[in-house]
Amino acid sequence: MIKLNPHTAEKLAKGVIWTVALMVIAVLIFIIVFILYRGLSVINWEFLTRIPRRSGREGGILTPIIGTLSVTLLAILIAMPFGIGTAFYLAEYTKDGILTRIIRFCTESLAGIPSIIYGLFGFIFFVQILDLKWSILSGGLTLAIMVLPTLIRTSEEAIRAVPKTYREVSFSLGGTKWQTIRKAVVPSAIRGIVNGLILSVGRCVAETAAVILTAGVSLSMPKSVLDSSRTMAVHFYQLVIEGISMTNAYGTAAVLIILVFFINVVANMLINRFVAKGR
Amino acid sequence: MKKFKEKLSGRIFFILALSTISALVLITIFIFVEGMPLIAEVGLFNFIFGMVWSPSQGHFGIFPMIVGTVSVTFGAALIGIPVGICCSIFMAEFAPARMRSIFRPAIQLLAGIPSVVYGFWGLIYIVPIIRDRLGGPGLSVLAGSVILAIMILPTIISISEVSIMALPRHYKEGALALGMTHWQTIWRVQLPAAKSGIVAGVILGIGRAVGETMVVIMVLGNAVALPESILDPVRTLTTNIGIEMGYAAGKHQQALFATGIVLFILIMILNITAQIITRRKSK
Repeated sequence: MIKLNPHTAEKLAKGVIWTVALMVIAVLIFIIVFILYRGLSVINWEFLTRIPRRSGREGGILTPIIGTLSVTLLAILIAMPFGIGTAFYLAEYTKDGILTRIIRFCTESLAGIPSIIYGLFGFIFFVQILDLKWSILSGGLTLAIMVLPTLIRTSEEAIRAVPKTYREVSFSLGGTKWQTIRKAVVPSAIRGIVNGLILSVGRCVAETAAVILTAGVSLSMPKSVLDSSRTMAVHFYQLVIEGISMTNAYGTAAVLIILVFFINVVANMLINRFVAKGR
Repeated sequence: MKKFKEKLSGRIFFILALSTISALVLITIFIFVEGMPLIAEVGLFNFIFGMVWSPSQGHFGIFPMIVGTVSVTFGAALIGIPVGICCSIFMAEFAPARMRSIFRPAIQLLAGIPSVVYGFWGLIYIVPIIRDRLGGPGLSVLAGSVILAIMILPTIISISEVSIMALPRHYKEGALALGMTHWQTIWRVQLPAAKSGIVAGVILGIGRAVGETMVVIMVLGNAVALPESILDPVRTLTTNIGIEMGYAAGKHQQALFATGIVLFILIMILNITAQIITRRKSK
C-alpha cells in the first residue's frame, strides 16, 4: 500500500465525508420531491374531505384521516400516564438499583422490537383474547405500548435537565416531594415532555405493520372506538400493493409526508427553545 | 393528608413504572404461547432448516426466509454502516454550525418518514432501475438492501454522533497538539475511543433492518426460495408474517407466530448485545 502524505489524506478524507453527507441529504430531498411532485397536485379540499369510494379509486381520504387521528389520539392518551409516570419514577423517586435496571432493560428492549411483533402481539392479545376485534381501540392499545420507550426517554431527559436548585429551593421552603414535582419540576420540564408526545404522534402516524394487524383495513366511517378503521399509512399501502390507484397513492403519501414534516418542525421548535431556556 | 398524598403519589409512579416490564413480559409470553406448539409439532430443526413453506400442505420450513433476512440485512449493513459513520463524523467534526443545524433535522425527518413511503419509492424508482440496468425481476435483495440502508442511517448516525461528541475534549486537543492532522486525530484517536458507541449504533441499525416489514414486502418480490444472486427475489421473516397474517388461521397462524418467535429471539440478541456494549462504556 502506498503511504499517503498526512495532508493529502486529510484532504481526501474530508472530501469523501463531505460528499457522502451531501449525498445523503440529496437522497432525502430526492425522495421527498419525488413524492410531492406528483402528490401535491392530487391534494385539494375534496381529496381531504371526501370519503373514499370504490376501495379508494375515487373520492378522497377522509376516513383514513379520521382513522389516523383516532388511533393516534387514543394511543397517546393511553401511553401518556404510563410513559410520563415511568419517567418521573426513574428520575425522581428512585436511585439506581436492580429494579431501575430491569425497567431500563425493558424500555430499551421495547424500543428495539420491530413493529410487526407488536402487531402480532396486539392481534393475539387485544383482537382475539380480549375480543376487541379489529378496532381503533386494539390499534390504539398496541401503538400505546410501541411509543412507551420514546415517551419515557424524552420525558426522563427533560426531567433530569431541570436544575437541582429548583428542587432544593422547594424542599427548603418545606415542600413535599409531590409538591416539588408539581410546582417546581413539571413547569420546567413540560416542553421536553410535550416534545416526546409529539415525536410519539409522529411514530403513530407513520406506523403501518402494527396497525394493519390490529385496527384492520375497513374503509367505512367508524362510529365508535370498537369499529375497525384503516389509517392513512395503511390506506396508502393498500392502494399501492393492490394496484388500486397510483394517483391517489401519491396524494396520500404527500399528505403523510407533509404531516410528518410538520410534526418534526414543531418538535424541533420545542426542543430548541427548551435547550435555550435550560442554558 | 399531606403525608397520604405523598405516599400515594410515590405508589402511583411506582405502579406506572412497572408498565414496560409487564408489556415486555406479556409480549414474550403471548408470542411464545401461540408459536411454540407448532415448533414442538414440526420439530425445531425441521422448522428452522426446512426448505419448503407450504402451509396448506402442512410444510413449515423457514430456512429460505432466514437466508432472505440475513442477506438483505447484510446488504443494508454493507452500504449503511460506512455511509452512516461518514455522516456522524461529518456532523461531529466537519460540518460548520449552520450546516449542522440543517443536517440534524434532516436526519430526524429521514427517521420520521413512514416506511411505506420508502417502500413505494423503492418500488417505483429503484426496482425499475435494477430491472433495466442489471437484469432480473428488479424486485430483489439488492433493491431491499439499498432502501433499508437508507432507513437504518438515522439510527447509526444519531448514536455514533453522540458517542463521538461525548468524548472528553482533551483527547482531540492532545492529539492535535502532538501535531496530528485533523483526520489523523479522528481516525487514530476519536473513532477508536468512540468505538463502543458506534458499534452499539450499528447493532441497533442492523436490528431495524432485520425487523423492517413494509419496505421489504414491497420491494423484495417475496419468493420463498434461496437467492442465487443479489438480483433474485427473496422473502424475509417479517415479510412472511406481514403477507400471510391477514388470512391465516389455525396451524398456519401458529406457524406465523413461530416465525415471530425466531424474529423475536434474533432481535433480542441484537438488543441485549447493544445494551451490554453501551453499559460497559458508561462504567
